[in-house]
Amino acid sequence: MTEDLQERGREGMARIVREHPFFADLKEEYCDLVCGCAKNVRFEVGEYILREGEPANEFYLIREGRAALEINAPGRTGITFQTVGPGEVVGVSWLVPPYRWTYDARAVERVRAISLDAECLRGKCDDDPALGYDMMTRFVPILVQRLQATRLQLLDVYGRDG
Amino acid sequence: MVPAVARVKRRRQETADVWTLDLDPPEGVGTFAPGQFNMLYVLGVGEVPISMSGDPEKGRFTHTVRAVGAVSEALAGLKRGSTVGLRGPFGSAWPLQEVAGKDVIVMAGGIGLAPLKPLLYRLFANPENYGRISVLYGTRSPADVLYGRELERWRDKTGAAIEITVDHATGEWHGPVGVVTNLLSPNLFDPDNAIAFICGPEVMMRFSVSSLMDLGLPGESIHISMERNMKCAVGHCGHCQFGPTFICKDGPVFRYDRLRDLLSVREL
Repeated sequence: MTEDLQERGREGMARIVREHPFFADLKEEYCDLVCGCAKNVRFEVGEYILREGEPANEFYLIREGRAALEINAPGRTGITFQTVGPGEVVGVSWLVPPYRWTYDARAVERVRAISLDAECLRGKCDDDPALGYDMMTRFVPILVQRLQATRLQLLDVYGRDG
Repeated sequence: MVPAVARVKRRRQETADVWTLDLDPPEGVGTFAPGQFNMLYVLGVGEVPISMSGDPEKGRFTHTVRAVGAVSEALAGLKRGSTVGLRGPFGSAWPLQEVAGKDVIVMAGGIGLAPLKPLLYRLFANPENYGRISVLYGTRSPADVLYGRELERWRDKTGAAIEITVDHATGEWHGPVGVVTNLLSPNLFDPDNAIAFICGPEVMMRFSVSSLMDLGLPGESIHISMERNMKCAVGHCGHCQFGPTFICKDGPVFRYDRLRDLLSVREL
């Protein structure tokens, strides 16, 4: 690949990363660091994006399509507990040891996403704690929102006693 | 206060434990406004408040009943031609007169879609009178989705944003899974010219109100339908007293900002 093509590729990825709501208002210098760990990926309908128990080596920012987050129990069909779509994130287990997925994520529509190499990004966060802090301020609201949603689902408010 | 006698004209099953009854209104009982309810009395069993769930223009009373207790189970089991005691209509209505020209957000949870359905009939009868109409409906599972065909028909006919989410699902469900507030988006309405109607479990309504306000919708543009233990339906017995108000007489539909302080009082 020529330098020109590489440069255009970097610019394209920077634009895609900046356009994703998860990275809204990302500083220029962080954008360069993040893009160094990013690539475009695509999953067809039914394809697994990640599987429970496997190493959390990457996470995904969905650009198009929708994925179902599922938990499987022996002898039962997989239960979808959440779906995520454009502008949302698949995978938070890459943030905390032991860096293993705790559920499956399956494309229910064709998914186009930005894949971020977790080890690469963790390394950059370790080297630059300010980047690490920036990443945490983006992930913590998602975690809080999902925790709150899980509480509501556990309450079973639409059930007989709801 | 004396029930009139109404006859069941039609009965249909909506989900495993939810039934809809069409009743011929008793003589002399007038029409109703979306959001109002009737007291339905199964002779020898008891009386319960049940919201209207039909089109106010159709000249009959339609009630969707979830069989969860002795009276509602008896109601749900009534066959065509059976009679039922009826008092009503009672209560306040969704303020349709305030909606013209505005974006409308209808948020429903579980059986809470039923009291909103008369409003949906009126909105979708003349959608051109309003801005963008969004119906966001959360329920327990795909098997618990109410009025699925009608929602689909309204979506196809009007292009309204009608979204259904469930708390959990298996592989056959291709729609969203998650809480109903996940369906909200700033693209659905202009907070300076919008009005929201919410009905569902109180926890669901609290979180829905909170999410709408986070998106800039003021409390005076949000209306909720409350549920309490209503008995007399005319504000005499006090069973449904909620601070200085009676849900049966002053409600069930309230403007949110008028209830805001009461909703946070745990003892009420």
